[in-house]
Amino acid sequence: METHSKKMAEVKLFRTWSSRFALRIVWALKLKDVQYDTIFEDLSNKSPLLLQYNPVHKKVPVLVHNGKSVAESLVILEYIEETWKQNPLLSEDPHERAAARFWAKFGDEKVLPSIWEAFNSEGKEQEEGIVKAKENLKYLEEELKGKKFFGGEHIGFADIALGWLAELENVFEEVASMKVIAEDEFPLLSEWKRTFADAPIIKENWPPRDKLVTKYQAFREANLLNKAPK
Amino acid sequence: MAKNDVKLIGAWPSPFVLRARIALNVKSVEYEFLQETLEPKSELLLRSNPVHKKIPVLLHNDKPICESLIIVEYIDEAWASGPSILPSDPYERAIARFWAAYVDERWFPAMKGILGAQDDAARMAAVGQVTEGLVLLEEAFQKISKGKSFFGGDHIGYLDIAFGGFLAWIRVTEGMGGIKLLNETKTPGLLKWAEKFAADPAVKDVLPETQKLAEFSKIIIAKLRAAAAAKAK
Repeated sequence: METHSKKMAEVKLFRTWSSRFALRIVWALKLKDVQYDTIFEDLSNKSPLLLQYNPVHKKVPVLVHNGKSVAESLVILEYIEETWKQNPLLSEDPHERAAARFWAKFGDEKVLPSIWEAFNSEGKEQEEGIVKAKENLKYLEEELKGKKFFGGEHIGFADIALGWLAELENVFEEVASMKVIAEDEFPLLSEWKRTFADAPIIKENWPPRDKLVTKYQAFREANLLNKAPK
Repeated sequence: MAKNDVKLIGAWPSPFVLRARIALNVKSVEYEFLQETLEPKSELLLRSNPVHKKIPVLLHNDKPICESLIIVEYIDEAWASGPSILPSDPYERAIARFWAAYVDERWFPAMKGILGAQDDAARMAAVGQVTEGLVLLEEAFQKISKGKSFFGGDHIGYLDIAFGGFLAWIRVTEGMGGIKLLNETKTPGLLKWAEKFAADPAVKDVLPETQKLAEFSKIIIAKLRAAAAAKAK
């Protein structure tokens, strides 16, 4: 007969099943082999704990470590990196660290919004959106020259931050009937997507694709409806 | 280190450039300040920051580093022997980074909202948002400073620099609207903090003079209002 300790794990992650930001934290914790408990949130009915741990933004992900909460996925990634030093996600070299942080930020502030814009459009507007998205993606393609991952030989901070491109972006392309990251135009990025998606730990933790398709189909329909008639 | 090992591409009115300058001063790093007029942007800027074409850009031994907060962290790491900019404890670092992100992603857009407001109603709404943000930052200041002068404790740190970069713009906005964004009632801690920050040796020679910035701001306001008007169509 086994007796399990009722003591709660030191590390808790508040997430939703689909959040691409929370997925970064799952990857980072698992890559560092950190044990943690997951609390799944229903964002339409946020738990009192979530509101207590992230009163400013009331969002996921939130990491709670020994009762102290950290919010904002890139901030959480840095915290994880500094707290659990095994399998480092960042180089020791300050310039390379700055570069990784730069690309993570670029992904969130430029790449994601431009692809999202194209996703929520159709016809000519979508074509124009795709052109803009590709302008951003060209920089990522350039950055991958001579590298397996953005982090070099191993998955790093920027790979994790950009990881949504390896799976969710495929969902966007399918749902919106668009091709953004074409093999001939983005050979390195296309290869990176496959390598990253197939990497151990990464591949075991993707949210179910069919559920994502359904979710984003609904988003797109609603967003297209909301747009002002031309 | 030879002086030209470190160059900073920037412009005196920019709060983001100011962050980098303060960080370099904290570490007593000698650097060449390359002032941009931005109209047109210099070849060096376009080459060093092709992705965003924005200032500040730090050039350390000719290698560029972009994005002001990333530059501040870089400065902290590259000149590790100088006074620390980020706290040493990972949790405290996370708190500092969290609030710096808040300043950039929530609070600063609201500030731009005041300057770009088309009419009084829009301005009042933006002032409301900025004030709400300042109340949150006041709370954060009380918790983080633990009774000391700065977010960083006895000395200015990452969050002081991240938020403090905007101090001159806060003053200009107050002057423009005849409002007190930092005040005894809602933000007593930040009010005192502002005085100390402005007087800090790493800050006082690079913080823009309020009057000079107010003159300059007229250009920015015109641009922001034009952008807001275009968006509203």
